[in-house]
Amino acid sequence: MIIKGRIHKFGDDINTDDIITAKYLVSTDLKELGSHCMESIRPDFASQVREGDIIVAGKNFGCGSSREHAPLAIKGCGIAAVIAKSFAAIFFRNAINIGLPFLESQDVDKINDGDEIEIDIAGGTIKNISRNQTYKTQAFPQFLQELVAQGGLMNYIKSHNR
Amino acid sequence: MTNMEHTIAEKILLVHTNKKDISPGEFIEAKVDIALGNDITAPLAIEEFKKAGFKKVFDRDKVVLVPDHFTPAKDLRSANQAKILANFAREQKLKNYFEVGCMGIEHALLPEKGLVLPGMLVIGADSHTCTYGALGSYSTGVGSTDLARAFVDGKCWFKIPQNIKFVYNGKLSKWISGKDLILFTLGKIGVDGALYCAMEFCGPVIKKLGMDDRFTMSNMAIEAGARTGLIEPDEITWKYVKEHQSTSYQNPRKKPSAVSCQLSADLKSDKDAHYQKTYEWDVTNLEPQVACPHLPSNVKSVSQLNDVKLDQVVIGSCTNGRISDLRIAAKILKGKKVKSGLRLIVIPATQKIYLEAVKEGLVEIFVKAGGIFSTPTCGPCLGGHMGVLTEGESCLATTNRNFIGRMGSPKSFVYLSSPAVAAASAITGRITHPSEIG
Repeated sequence: MIIKGRIHKFGDDINTDDIITAKYLVSTDLKELGSHCMESIRPDFASQVREGDIIVAGKNFGCGSSREHAPLAIKGCGIAAVIAKSFAAIFFRNAINIGLPFLESQDVDKINDGDEIEIDIAGGTIKNISRNQTYKTQAFPQFLQELVAQGGLMNYIKSHNR
Repeated sequence: MTNMEHTIAEKILLVHTNKKDISPGEFIEAKVDIALGNDITAPLAIEEFKKAGFKKVFDRDKVVLVPDHFTPAKDLRSANQAKILANFAREQKLKNYFEVGCMGIEHALLPEKGLVLPGMLVIGADSHTCTYGALGSYSTGVGSTDLARAFVDGKCWFKIPQNIKFVYNGKLSKWISGKDLILFTLGKIGVDGALYCAMEFCGPVIKKLGMDDRFTMSNMAIEAGARTGLIEPDEITWKYVKEHQSTSYQNPRKKPSAVSCQLSADLKSDKDAHYQKTYEWDVTNLEPQVACPHLPSNVKSVSQLNDVKLDQVVIGSCTNGRISDLRIAAKILKGKKVKSGLRLIVIPATQKIYLEAVKEGLVEIFVKAGGIFSTPTCGPCLGGHMGVLTEGESCLATTNRNFIGRMGSPKSFVYLSSPAVAAASAITGRITHPSEIG
């Protein structure tokens, strides 16, 4: 899977209350959740995202709650993928299960807000088109890649159960 | 290469799979003993389950639904979500659905009802599912889609975690509790200090802790990024289990997964089991700990925060809403008055705890002091209801998280502490060491 897009840069420990405040957990609608993505820390984020943009963040992205609404909000506002130094465990699970592509990379400090990048999820490569740099990272294990490629856990279960 | 020496976390995971051996970093599928959801996570799971065309849950005894976050329904949309749970529970004939009137905060309710036993593998669509690690159960938070999948076949995928050992030596001084120990730990290792690991709490101090304090510690393992926070079952654990036996497990034909019973003799980490790291601390001289805005790891000693003025104090939650928490708070508040202008909100975690508090005269103490006593709910912990903060307000809470906007306005401030510090602070109107209250 190749994803190309413009970067929105965030720092360390972006938590699930940052990504989607609890008061919005009364909805399961992708677009509605997306419209409130990152609202309490960057009120105009959702309106600035163009379909296909990419989030780049520091360590421990998605820490806090188990709310699956967090990766849903990210998907819902048009973000195509997330790159971070590390991911919190439950966010990691949720992103895989809903088929939100993401990569871990220690080179995020070299990527700036607004850069254009191209990611190869299966190959684990990040190409910074704006800075003419390439970063290599570890691709996810086959099992997880298959879940994401099938569009998430429930599609995978359906195809294996019936 | 097979490593035959295992931690308690690895033993529990292994026995729930078909594999001969497992090691950290590996991905496996395992059968779970309980699949838990609440009123904000289960609606999504139920939607996914039905959208994928599935009709019947794998085991109506093992799916547990507890509407606790935005209940009693705080508005129309929350009522709709709670209704989705009620309808699904009825349609699937779920044994363990707890309506308002029976319900409590899920992570206090399940142990009280005897639903979680040592050695079990429990998943819950709530990050504080790790609470049951205090019972020696591998209990871990997952997402709504994980829960939907578990509805189908009772299984879940896991990445085997690394293990970190935490040894607490010395003796606890008068006002120090499980909450202070876990806040101290978070302050030392940070919010990703145990990222994707199984924490294990041990040492002489832990051996002497009661179950309520153990639940508090395991509850906040997630705040360090851990998958679970385990305590090896001992006499204290088994006494609790005996006193809280579920009627469903007394019927021999309805025993939980046989493996958890077989495991009861071996829920100990092997002598040469591998730990990624071991931390060891003497906590004898520890002061009460307080986490400051806006991270649970931004921890200071209470004496450094004497000038922090408060608008609200919350005593409750899955972290510290149990009877011993309320007893400590009541002991401090007895005969005293809450600071004028400060809101003290006390929330028992279950109906049983509520009744005990009434019987023991604790409720009268809270109300006469000028506080309020609520029905069980998660409420203010996540800024839902029953005590939302407006701009500029500061709250000291016995809850587990204090991210920006956690309890309401992004311009409000949440501090985390033990019930003792919370009660003392409600009297003075500022963050206070309990010893200051005569």
